[in-house]
Amino acid sequence: MNATGWPKFRSLNQEGIVFAIAVVLFAAAAIGLPGFIDPNNLVAIVRSVSVLGILALGMAVVIIGRGIDLSAVAIMAMSVAWYLQLLNTGTSDGLAFAYVLAGVLAIGLLNGFLVAYADVPAIFVTLATGSFVFGYVRSQLITQDAVPVPQGHWVELLGGLRFLDIPVEVFVFAGLAFLFFLFLRYTKWGRYIYFAGDNPVAARNIGIPVRPMLVLRYVLSAFVALIAGLLTAASLHSINTRVVNSTLLYDIVLVAVIGGIGLSGGRGGVRNVLVGAALIGILLNAMTIIDIPLLYQNLIKAAILLGAIIVDGIINPRDEQTAQQGDI
Amino acid sequence: MSLRERLQSWRYNLVPDHLVGEILTKRWTDNAIPFLALVATLGVFGSIIPGFFKLTSLQESTRQLGEFSMVVTGMTVVMLGGGIDLSVGSIFALSCFSAVYVFFILEQSIWLALAASLAAGLIFGAVNGYLVGYLRLRAFLTTLVTFIFGRALFDILVTTYAADVQLSSATSDVLDFIGDSTFSGLSVSVWLAIILAIVTHIALTRSRPGWHVLAVGGSRRSAHNAGIRVRRTVFMTYVFSGFCASIGGFLIACRLSGAGPGTGLNLEIMALTAAVVGGVSLGGGRGSVVKGLMGAIIVLTMTNGLIRLGYGTGTNQMVLGIMLAVAVTIDIRWLKNRHKVLNEVYVAPVYLKMGATQSAVPGSGTPYELDNRLSAADHIGLGELEGPEDVILDRDDHLYCGTRHGEIVRFFAPDYVKSEVFAHIGGFPLGLAFDREGNLISCVGAMGLYSVSPEREVKRLSAETSRSWTSIVDDARLRDPNDCDIAPDGRIYFTDSTKRYDAHDWALDSIENRATGRLLVYDPKDRSTRTLLDGYRYTNGVCMAHDGKSLFFAESWACRVHRYWLEGPKAGTAECVIRDMPGYPDNINRASDGNYWMAWLGMRTPSFDLSLRHPAMRKRMTRRLPQDEWLFPNINTGGVVKFNEKGGIVEALGDLTGGAHPMVTSMREHKGFLFVGGILNNRIGRYRIAGADPNWTSPASYWGGKP
Repeated sequence: MNATGWPKFRSLNQEGIVFAIAVVLFAAAAIGLPGFIDPNNLVAIVRSVSVLGILALGMAVVIIGRGIDLSAVAIMAMSVAWYLQLLNTGTSDGLAFAYVLAGVLAIGLLNGFLVAYADVPAIFVTLATGSFVFGYVRSQLITQDAVPVPQGHWVELLGGLRFLDIPVEVFVFAGLAFLFFLFLRYTKWGRYIYFAGDNPVAARNIGIPVRPMLVLRYVLSAFVALIAGLLTAASLHSINTRVVNSTLLYDIVLVAVIGGIGLSGGRGGVRNVLVGAALIGILLNAMTIIDIPLLYQNLIKAAILLGAIIVDGIINPRDEQTAQQGDI
Repeated sequence: MSLRERLQSWRYNLVPDHLVGEILTKRWTDNAIPFLALVATLGVFGSIIPGFFKLTSLQESTRQLGEFSMVVTGMTVVMLGGGIDLSVGSIFALSCFSAVYVFFILEQSIWLALAASLAAGLIFGAVNGYLVGYLRLRAFLTTLVTFIFGRALFDILVTTYAADVQLSSATSDVLDFIGDSTFSGLSVSVWLAIILAIVTHIALTRSRPGWHVLAVGGSRRSAHNAGIRVRRTVFMTYVFSGFCASIGGFLIACRLSGAGPGTGLNLEIMALTAAVVGGVSLGGGRGSVVKGLMGAIIVLTMTNGLIRLGYGTGTNQMVLGIMLAVAVTIDIRWLKNRHKVLNEVYVAPVYLKMGATQSAVPGSGTPYELDNRLSAADHIGLGELEGPEDVILDRDDHLYCGTRHGEIVRFFAPDYVKSEVFAHIGGFPLGLAFDREGNLISCVGAMGLYSVSPEREVKRLSAETSRSWTSIVDDARLRDPNDCDIAPDGRIYFTDSTKRYDAHDWALDSIENRATGRLLVYDPKDRSTRTLLDGYRYTNGVCMAHDGKSLFFAESWACRVHRYWLEGPKAGTAECVIRDMPGYPDNINRASDGNYWMAWLGMRTPSFDLSLRHPAMRKRMTRRLPQDEWLFPNINTGGVVKFNEKGGIVEALGDLTGGAHPMVTSMREHKGFLFVGGILNNRIGRYRIAGADPNWTSPASYWGGKP
């Protein structure tokens, strides 16, 4: 145990702390806020974080591999907006879905290619492609900010699905979380992501296909974003593309980072996403019940994210001698 | 000469291919791409949009450009320091609001509004700087979060106070002047932007804090290890960025007389795109304010142009996304591959048809006929020495030579067994000469002309000459000083073999065969260096004639020896005295019988002579083959040749076994012996010359008997 005393704190790792905070917050809200532990409200909490959690799963895989995907929300909103627009203008369902799927995979491939083969920092690639996807779809493919789901379409029916009074997106989230857990923990490729995130050069030296794996991660993230988009449209019966300019993207990063997935890669897993999502879900719900205006909620979320990043920086400090040049 | 060869010689000797490579070595080529992009953007939009270049239209767009370019200047400085500042949009908006609040709601003076604006920017910048600089958080994410935070704060403030601002009746002439008027044809914001850019440029390029920023951005670790306060420097870059953004915010507050939800929206991605499109490197260290400004003009012209062309919502984001992705990719790829491109294009061989030569084969009956005499030479320092390019003996018979390790080694007379490091130079000492006072003058490869006093004090005499007007790479610097000799008046004549390559790349120079060798003179009286002759194919050995009125110098890759006249009717001119030798000449030194010794570092081969007539083939060779498989001059066989004052060949000595002296780069006669050195050899040879004057020494020949 050295003089700084951090290791003691570290043994209590971030995930545990966040989980404890979530529990305390939950208890406090349950006692202090009327209607909080109402079963309907609890379902609402889980439902509200489902889409966020699904997006965070994709983000988590990318972050564990030492990357980041800032284009996730743009892909989520714009792909579905385009899909619905195609349906509304009379394109057959199969063809429209094929178009959109191809588009989503193409953007994922482009992200992965630029990061893996052109060696461009992920943060810039995805910032640029996110801006491009939004701009292109908004200006060329759709006509207004919000695109409604056509009457009687399967997306609409999906939104109405209930099982044990629990909306379908909760099950999708749970199912995806389980799949990602299996993937990250028990498949060869899943383990490779940790190796590549922890030390890309060493991973490459021992023969792991680091670059194709990178591309895979961004394609995966884009695909997950599409699923999240479809669920959003299902529950709201339309998709509003303004969500791209909202703080949703930062909420996703917040869920991943606050759950304990280190931004320097190689650490964390599905459990961290669940913990992070639980905390954010409780927090958002409590703030809504207390009736804090949305603008102030943004301020609070930003403050929490800042705190999370500062704590992350203190727990995982970067050293002058070992820091990578150009690692911004 | 066949037609093919004539065409080849025109193609390769008249087209200056080598300039491409030389231009690419220049740092300003980094500016070329953004500059072309700027011209193209202005051209395209200027021609599509009617009235784009009209004064009123320009004034409105330049006003916006002034604000924007300030933000970009701040972003540029942060990026040069190795960081990034995505919160500029929020700082801009908050500063704008601060000014508006103080002026319209508190109804204070405009100067107080400016102060509030600056304070908001500086505080915000300091927070960023503290988090990124001192806490070492990741710049991108941290400023992204402070951006969200600032934006949320701004949105709250604007919705709360928007109505009050509308109702305010505060006015000010100063505000109107800043917002609407012009000064000498340019708006205040443009003037401020220009001043800020100039000051920042000077600070970055000519002041200590600016250099620190560049050093930190260039290599953070090295800067830290060199004692630069890295954290404080990074901190200051963010404070500066906050400052720049806040002035921009104040100006827009004056221009729009208010703040709205759209203030500073998307500014961060625009500023980032501008800096990157302009060529400011991600990760720091490379870029300039001018590049940032070029990027700012490109981005603003594009986005404004698209709006004026009537493209709808989202087009801006699309175009910005494309520009950012393309610019970042080009930037990364260019940085990564620039040296590869340079290697590809730098070697630009020329055509040369070597003249027919006489044979040097034993028994051929020519004066060049080599024999095996040198193989009988005794060895000195065998195994201890590496690379005695030149050898020289002093008045006390001690033997000196340079070594690959950057030292001048002295072997003690009479048996030359014991040795010591006479002086440490640091570069590879090549040609050696003693001056009248007994100082040892040496041409040090890639460093210059040096002098070592008998007390072992090393002094640099010359490292540069005057630059020629038409040069692209700086040819003032001596890249390959090779051999020197000293005239009776004390002036030192020396050669610089090539302007195109450093000393160790001599093989590339031989393959390229471009005539860039020089003869120079250093005058110890005024310590000046002048270029006497230029345009020889690897000038090498220099030797003062016995009468001191002319000197001989060797032109290695052309296998020629020239005579340069110091006085007499031909003073200042050179004439070729030996041409088309079968070997590549190296150092030349005096012989006791009034003739001259000349070393051959290697022998011409028909294959390499043929390749000199096929420049395209040599170019392909350097590009496609590994260096081990290149065809270049044969240096496995050399020799020593004696020639007379008229250039007639007297005799030739060789080591046909290749065991002791396969290549010879220098030889020095001393008291009846010939001391032989070779740049790739591991010994100095001592060969007894039959019938030579047993008392003749080189110092006495130059400077008379013992003083």
